[in-house]
Amino acid sequence: MSERVGVYVCHCGSNIAGVVDVEDVSRWAGENLDDVVVSRDYIFMCSSLGQELIEDDIKKEGLTRVVVAACSPHLHERTFRRACASAGLNPYLFQMASIREQVSWTTQDKAAATAKSKAMIAGAVERVKLHQALEPNEVPVNPNTLVVGGGIAGIQAALELADAGYQVHLVEREPSIGGHMAQFDKTFPTLDCAACILTPKMSDVGNHPNINLLSYSEVEEVSGYVGNFRARVRKKARYVNEADCTGCGICIDKCPKKVVDEVFEAGLGYRKAIYRPFPQAVPKFPVIDRESCIYFERGTCKACEKFCPTNAIDFEQQDTALDLEVGNIILATGYDLFDSRKIPQYGYGRLANVYTSLEFERLCNASGPTEGKIVLRDGVTQPKSVAIIHCVGSRDKRHNTHCSAICCMGALKFGHLVMEKTGAEVYSFYIDMRPLHKGYEEFYDRLLEEGMHFIRGRVAEVTDAARQPGEEGKLIVQAEDTLLGMQRRVPVDMVILMAALQPRADAKDVGLQFGISCSMAGWFTERHPKLDPVATMTDGVFIAGTCQGPKDIPDTVSQGAAAAARVQGMIAVGSVEVEPVVATIHEERCSGCRICNNLCPFNAIDFLQDKAVSYVNAALCKGCGTCVAACPAGAISGAHFSNEQIFAEISGLLYDVVRGNGAKALLPVEVPA
Amino acid sequence: MADATFEPKIIAFLCNWCSYRAADLAGTSRIKYPPNLRMIRVMCSGRVDPTFVLKAFALGADGVMIAGCHPGECHYLEQNYKTMRRFAMLRHTLRKLGLEEGRVRLQWASAAEGAQLARAIRDMTEEVRALGPLNWPAQWSEEDGSIETAIQRLEEEHAQAMEVAA
Repeated sequence: MSERVGVYVCHCGSNIAGVVDVEDVSRWAGENLDDVVVSRDYIFMCSSLGQELIEDDIKKEGLTRVVVAACSPHLHERTFRRACASAGLNPYLFQMASIREQVSWTTQDKAAATAKSKAMIAGAVERVKLHQALEPNEVPVNPNTLVVGGGIAGIQAALELADAGYQVHLVEREPSIGGHMAQFDKTFPTLDCAACILTPKMSDVGNHPNINLLSYSEVEEVSGYVGNFRARVRKKARYVNEADCTGCGICIDKCPKKVVDEVFEAGLGYRKAIYRPFPQAVPKFPVIDRESCIYFERGTCKACEKFCPTNAIDFEQQDTALDLEVGNIILATGYDLFDSRKIPQYGYGRLANVYTSLEFERLCNASGPTEGKIVLRDGVTQPKSVAIIHCVGSRDKRHNTHCSAICCMGALKFGHLVMEKTGAEVYSFYIDMRPLHKGYEEFYDRLLEEGMHFIRGRVAEVTDAARQPGEEGKLIVQAEDTLLGMQRRVPVDMVILMAALQPRADAKDVGLQFGISCSMAGWFTERHPKLDPVATMTDGVFIAGTCQGPKDIPDTVSQGAAAAARVQGMIAVGSVEVEPVVATIHEERCSGCRICNNLCPFNAIDFLQDKAVSYVNAALCKGCGTCVAACPAGAISGAHFSNEQIFAEISGLLYDVVRGNGAKALLPVEVPA
Repeated sequence: MADATFEPKIIAFLCNWCSYRAADLAGTSRIKYPPNLRMIRVMCSGRVDPTFVLKAFALGADGVMIAGCHPGECHYLEQNYKTMRRFAMLRHTLRKLGLEEGRVRLQWASAAEGAQLARAIRDMTEEVRALGPLNWPAQWSEEDGSIETAIQRLEEEHAQAMEVAA
């Protein structure tokens, strides 16, 4: 019995119809393609009216197969599958042809676009006729969630889920949660103290009965699939027994070894070899830094152990591995700061009083190395003038093309703090001012009134070579003021570089570990840039905060909450449908050669000794199809991507050649029996 | 010499995760490329059975592209390495069959590389256009299709090739 195929060609407003002659295409499909019984074009197939067209035809015309030529299947395949299912047709008896992303948006040649659309529809029609009805596998969703990264995004996500009553494992690489926000002094535009708003949330995380906080830990391995992930977490040895430690801090006082704190204090302050990054750290337990500890270096000292009132120090402690089972994963791994040394003409690392934005945050933080006093590197002199350089490593083709989104507002905040604390003159060198969100423009206005100087121009150089009177002993900022159209040399005491936000150096490895992709720069890629910003192409893996792209604290918090909401939705439903695209080995054809066994990276293929054949474990199979392509006996079939289906698609795509050259293309393809 | 009106037909196999997304991105970014390439989505470039490529040529394609995630970035961990190995063998076989190398291409494209994929499509289209039509099916139909004829032709070609080498 031949199939009854319905073809629907979408105009997508003028997105497709502006280039492709959709009426011609739909008429052609109806007249020329075998088994096509209905062929229509419609302005928006994804609209409810468009979907109803399909549903009505399935019911009235008895369609057994449906092809929609519209956008990418990544966008609307689900929509149309649902439409088919609601009219009683198995959703896998449907195929999409992407004539928008692959045709109308990539060419302006109308004739060629129309011809290519016909080929793509012919391919889809030939393929869909060989589709088989499939049933998605329903798998339960483990209600526990893994949150990776304990910055404000991860904290927000973990708290939302934990408050909703679900168990969360929060993994943080550093000894304490808090992330970059914990290092900041104030937050724009309200000038709330960062610690005052963050630390309550941090201690909520530390005390929450539903949160298993794994600080000083890293995810090493992830396996499984949506609803059923397994993660191996390595808990690094703290050399402090958490069960006994009260967090009194005596060990830190007694430790004789002082080292520069490159992480939390951004190199401006010191910490001990046994340390907590900052007083409000969560968890409160200190960590012994093995690299700088005298005992680990020379075999003697143990001052911390001697003075610890609860005998919590344990020099023999080892890293431990934990295996977690979770249903969903939220990645909130944050950003790295651009290394300002890469722009040598700004003098960072060479000229003492050039600071990065993060260093300045520590400098004006009351709990920082200078207790909040804004002073030069000599530790005493207050600057009388400060220059703030925007876009250091951002909007710069040599480094990062993106805008780092937070630097304009950060610079305004710094300007305010400098003027408030020192009365110094502040010069901001900007390319464009971008105060985008609520209350930001008003903050900019406020700084204009407070007397901050704004010079529109990218800085060419920061130098200590005085050329004019008044420049001696100063840092001179040379820039073209593009509003005045003239060169300016501004002598100042201190320069702050608003360094770019960059993807984490290991973002690509992390992405690979969790099976999600990154942009060219290394930001994690969301499922849809507008409509699905926290999901990824991998079901069950969500992203939040600056690992997805530069953003400020409010946006980061929103994404953390959004990701948690998505996970809660999954948990509330309790089960998820997994695509039934898996490989199957036909025992009677399998010769037991075992070629396929070593091809599967998921160990989904077992060899059955008793029957001497290989067998695919459907629960482990991810459906890549590599074994299908490799089987010399053709004994493995790949659901929804079978050889027959792909051969048929090739012959359809080449309909114009095939019909001309006498090839036996449209005949059924013989399959090895 | 290629016919001035010749428009090559190229079949491309793109993996669902990287290269098909790159094609989506090229479209969304309105990057223009020649309409000669017709795409088939597979879950992984590792699914591309060499017979798919042979089938495409046998049905009249002038070129075939296989596109996948960059090595080390495969959604299925390492399956594109298997594609790479197969591709080496396939290209070897096709060379023996007399096919010019430019007619098959293995292209890596991450989901972010819409522009790069479009450039590869442009390059390949021009390369195949310069090579001219392949027209495999028509070449076969001139012969009687028997194995003897095919072997005889292979022997002739082999002798010819040896001559050039000496």
